Formats: sequence, C-alpha cells, structure tokens
Amino acid sequence: MSTTQAPEHLSRRDRRRSRTTLRGRPLLYTRYADEMAVFNTSTKRTWVVVLIAAMLVLPFALERDMVSLVSTVFVFAIGGIGLNLLTGYAGQVSLGHAFFLGLGAYTAAVLGGEQDGDVIGLGLDMAIWLPLAGLVPAAVGLAVAPLAARVRGLYLAILTLGLVFIGEHFFKEADSITGGAGVGRAPAEPVFLGVDLFVNREILGVRVDRFTVFYFTCFVIFLLLAFAARNLTRSRFGRAFAAVRDRDIAAEVMGVPLLRTKTLAFGVSSFYAGIAGALLSIIVGRITPENWNLFLSIDFLAVVFIGGVATISGSILGAVFVVMLPKLVEELSVYVPIAGGVGSGAPFTVFQLQTLIFGLLIVLFLVLEPRGLYGLWVRIRNYFKAWPFSY
Amino acid sequence: MEELVLSLARGLGVGSTYALLGVGFVIIYRATDVINFAQPALMILGAFFASAFATQAGLPFPVAVVLAMLVLAAIGMVAERLALRPMVGRPSFSAATVTVGLFIMLLILAFRLIGPDVITVGDPWGLTTVGILGFEVFAVDLAKIVISLVAIAAVGLFLTRSRVGLAMRATALDQETALAQGIKVGRMFGLSWGISAGLAALAGVLISTGATGVDATIALVALKALPVIILGGLDSIKGSVIAGLVIGVAESLTKTYQPEYAPWLGANFDLIVPYLIMIVVLMVRPYGLYGTKEVLRV
Repeated sequence: MSTTQAPEHLSRRDRRRSRTTLRGRPLLYTRYADEMAVFNTSTKRTWVVVLIAAMLVLPFALERDMVSLVSTVFVFAIGGIGLNLLTGYAGQVSLGHAFFLGLGAYTAAVLGGEQDGDVIGLGLDMAIWLPLAGLVPAAVGLAVAPLAARVRGLYLAILTLGLVFIGEHFFKEADSITGGAGVGRAPAEPVFLGVDLFVNREILGVRVDRFTVFYFTCFVIFLLLAFAARNLTRSRFGRAFAAVRDRDIAAEVMGVPLLRTKTLAFGVSSFYAGIAGALLSIIVGRITPENWNLFLSIDFLAVVFIGGVATISGSILGAVFVVMLPKLVEELSVYVPIAGGVGSGAPFTVFQLQTLIFGLLIVLFLVLEPRGLYGLWVRIRNYFKAWPFSY
Repeated sequence: MEELVLSLARGLGVGSTYALLGVGFVIIYRATDVINFAQPALMILGAFFASAFATQAGLPFPVAVVLAMLVLAAIGMVAERLALRPMVGRPSFSAATVTVGLFIMLLILAFRLIGPDVITVGDPWGLTTVGILGFEVFAVDLAKIVISLVAIAAVGLFLTRSRVGLAMRATALDQETALAQGIKVGRMFGLSWGISAGLAALAGVLISTGATGVDATIALVALKALPVIILGGLDSIKGSVIAGLVIGVAESLTKTYQPEYAPWLGANFDLIVPYLIMIVVLMVRPYGLYGTKEVLRV
C-alpha cells in the first residue's frame, strides 16, 4: 500500500525534509501525492495507530457479550463500507444489501459448514470459504449490475427491493442449502489453515476465550477491507464512482464508462456484503432464511446515512452507532420505562424502540446534517481549528 | 372454469387495490419526484384507524372508512411538512431515503397500535358470494373493484376538472412557472401527500376486508404497488390502474395454478410474481407501459 509515489529526482532525504516542513503546517501540501495520501495529516496517522492499539487491548477489558458486540460492529462496518461504496460513492441506492449478505452467509455455510442430514456442508477451510463468500455474491452482483445499470436512482432502489423478496423466496425454498424456512442451519466453521478461530486458547500464557479470538479475526479482516476501500476511493475507479454519482451523463461525456463503473461498484459492494454476511452468520450462530430481510437492508442504509455518506470513517462510526444502540436502549430501559419485554407494561419492546429510533435518526440526519455523524465530527473539528474565533 | 372465474375475480379485486396504492405513488412522484416508500405504513395505519372507528367506536363502516382516510390524509400532510419539505431541492434519492425512515417509524407505530392480535375492519361483506353470469364470486372482490375504480375516477376528475387539480398538475409540470402564476407550490406538495395517504388508507381497508383482517404483515402487500408503478410507468395514473389489474390477475392465477402445474417453483411463489414481472419490464421497457421517457441534459 505505497501511498506516496515520490518523483524520481527526489532523494530519500528530500522526501523526509518535505515531511518535516509539514509539521506545524498541516494544510501545506507541496505535492498532490501528499494530499491524496491515506493519511494526509500526521494527526490522522497518529490517531489511527492509537485507535488500532486501543482495539487490540479492548477485548481484555470487556465482558464476553460486549466482545461479541464489538465483533458485530466490525462486521457491520464491513457491510456498511460495502454499501457506502455503492450508495455513497457511486450514488446507486440499494435496498438489496441483505440479499447479498445472505448469499455470502450461505456460500460460507455450504463450503465451510458441516453436513447435517439433508443440509449440505463441505467442511472446507476458512482460507477457501472466506474469499468465496465474497466472490460468489460479487459474481451475482456483477450479473445483476447490467440490469441495474439500465435504471437510475429510484428505479434502482425498487429493483433492489425486489431482489430482497425474490432472494428470500429462494432461500426459503432451497432446503438443502439453507435448512428451509423457520428451521435454518448452522453457519460455517471458522477454521483457518487448520487453526480453529472459535475456541478458547492459551496465547503466551494468557487465556484468551473464543469470543476474543474471533474478535481479532473480525478485526483483522475489517482493517484489511477498510484500507482497501479507502484506497479504492482514492483511485481512478473511486473518482469514476463520484463522477457517476454527481452527474452520470456528464461523467459519460468525459469518458467514464458508465456500465463498467456501475458494474464494478455493484461487484465490490456485493463482495463486502458477502464477507460481512459470512462473519455475521458465525456471530449469530444459527441462520434462517428470514434473517436476510428488508429490515437488515434498512439497518445497513442506516449505517451509511447515519454514519456519513461517502466516507469510510463515517461508515465505521455508523456501524458503532447502529450496533450499539440496541444495547444502549436495553441498558437505559432499566431506568426509563419506555421499552421492555412483552408484558412488562412498557409501551415498546426494545426491538421496536430501536427500529423507531433508526427511522427517526435517518430522517433527522438527512434533513439536518446530510453528512451524518462524520459531518458532526467535521463541525466539531472545524470549531476547534478556528478556535477561539467562531469563523 | 369456476376456479378460473373465482381466481380472476380475486385477482381483479386485489389488483384494484394495488392500482389504488399505485395511484398514490404516482401522485406524489409527479408532484415532488420522490417515491414514497412510507406508503405501506400509511396503508396499514389506515386499516387500523378504520378498524378502531368501526369496531371500537361503533361507527357505520362507510363513515369509519372516510374518517380513517381523513386522519391518514392529515398524517400524510404533517409528515410531508416536517420531513419532506426541507428536502426540496436535494437529490431525489435523499428524499426517498427520508421516506424509508418514515416507513419504519410509522410501521413500528402501527405494530404497536395493532398489537399481537388480528383485528377486523368490520366490513359488511365477509364471505358472502354474489352470482354473476351464472358464477358465484365473493362480494368482497366486487366491492374492491368498484370502490377502487370509483375512488381513482374521483381523483382523476379532481385533477383534470377542478381548479386545485389544475394547480397540482401545473406544479408537477414546472414548479417555478407554477410559483410565478401564484400557485402555492408547497401547499400542492402537502395536498398530494394528503390525497395519496388517503388513497393508501382506503387500500388498506380494502385489503383487510373479507377473511384477512388487519395484520401487520399486510404492509408487505403494499410494497407490491412498486412493481405496479414500474409496469405502468412512474408518472402515469392510467398506467398504474392497468398495471395494478394485470399484476393482481397474474398473481392470483399463479396462486391458483402454479402448485398444480409447476410445483417445483416452491410454496408461495405467487408472492414474488410481481417482482419477477417488474424485472422483466425493467429489462425490456424501463419506463413502463405509459411512463414518460426521461430526457436529461448535463
């Protein structure tokens, strides 16, 4: 991931000097490559390192169910980044994300799961099923894309909505793959090159439980995919996405191939969705065809729109928010009797309240702060950048 | 033969409610260029209010239905004013996403109001049958067809004959010019939402009649209006009426004959027939039967 391609005539010492002159003048860029870099300010670099370090220590400070929850955050972030590439960067609204997640989960389950009666399971290694869990949805995404590229904007949203319903029907009917409606099946086994990633382990004398082991698995995959996405958005293809989003006809006139760009966006987004689906199925533990419905798609839309359209870090923020909100609602319901189980006398169940809040926040963010949580962060940052002046 | 007639009648009945929902989508789309994904939630709320007025408050069924339509029209107008008006001038997919947010909020509200039990709308038809040309068909199917078509015709007349309807059409055609002629464009947006929410309420009542009852899952039925508007064309009322009937009949015939002739397609295959038709239409004729082909410039 070499980010700064230095011109040949600059020696290594020159390059180092150019970086030191940056210090204290974070907005002075002497080369385009510096401005385009993954970490275009040193603050960013420092904070990413700090956050990664914090994430490595975190599971040892948390309880078991919280560790699982944070793993879910990573998985939602992967799926959210995928949808953001398609919806945020390339401007193609998709309500069909859940279908691709399901496809990834079942690809993984068939390849990496265990045979159980009529339900197929090949018991292959994670090194095989994980890439394929992304590639199979990507292939289906590529197959759908030419159809999707014919239609724009709202037509596409409707088309992908249809995809969720058609997908759910086939998931319900394909008993030997999915276990059938209401029954479900076990997900894939996370055995990577012979090492089981979901058992308790003893590493360097420290006892690490299986949730933590899987936490690190998700974290590593998430980091790889997040950086890959960030790099993609900086590339020729990323700029093509943005051009198609902003004005597709203008983009085409300027030589951006519309069909190819939209197809690529669909393929990449489905790849991310597939990986997220496969990992999610392992965290959930048992998957039924009903898991992959419209509401899951809306959850991912919430990740994108609450987090921030067309930013990778926004999707991560959005994932944190969307995954943590139910937990928060649950914790708070002890103090505020607004949500509770059936029969507790509370006006809403936790699920209802959480969904209600998602809906409200999607509306509020779109109306008041279209850039989402990331936009809020930018506002705060700019306030302190200009401090003590308010402008 | 009897089976065929019964299933045709059922298809036309269901199809006419799809048409009703489709017209609601079209009215909003023409006025504001937004597809209102909240329509299904408005529909189910409408069914709930009709049920509450008819069975709990004890009002006569027609009065309850009209009241429910008025309540929903008010809800639709409020939703438009609060959530959609600020989105004027923003990309239409942002506005459509706002309606997705509205959809889940209103849906949860409806779940909450309806509760775990199935409630009825208190319609007078039940399971009675009527003889037509020697065939016995359910009265409720005929009622659906007649009421839907009358309602759509009324809306059509309102749009083409009345002064306000003219203003609404002018707004749909060109907002700035309409504004320059002294039309209150914002009010027209609200009115479109009101009308289409009212139509959605009526559709909700009609879908919940007979043996069905008001059940939260009928919200998914309303999403079938989306294939309808794709087939008919996003901006054509005539298109959505025809497409509604076509899709209703196709679905109903599949329900009757598919388990017999093509069982390998699986149970409940009829539920996805509308979406399959939609995909074919998008491939062959993306602007539907009567939709205006979009002309764009850079």
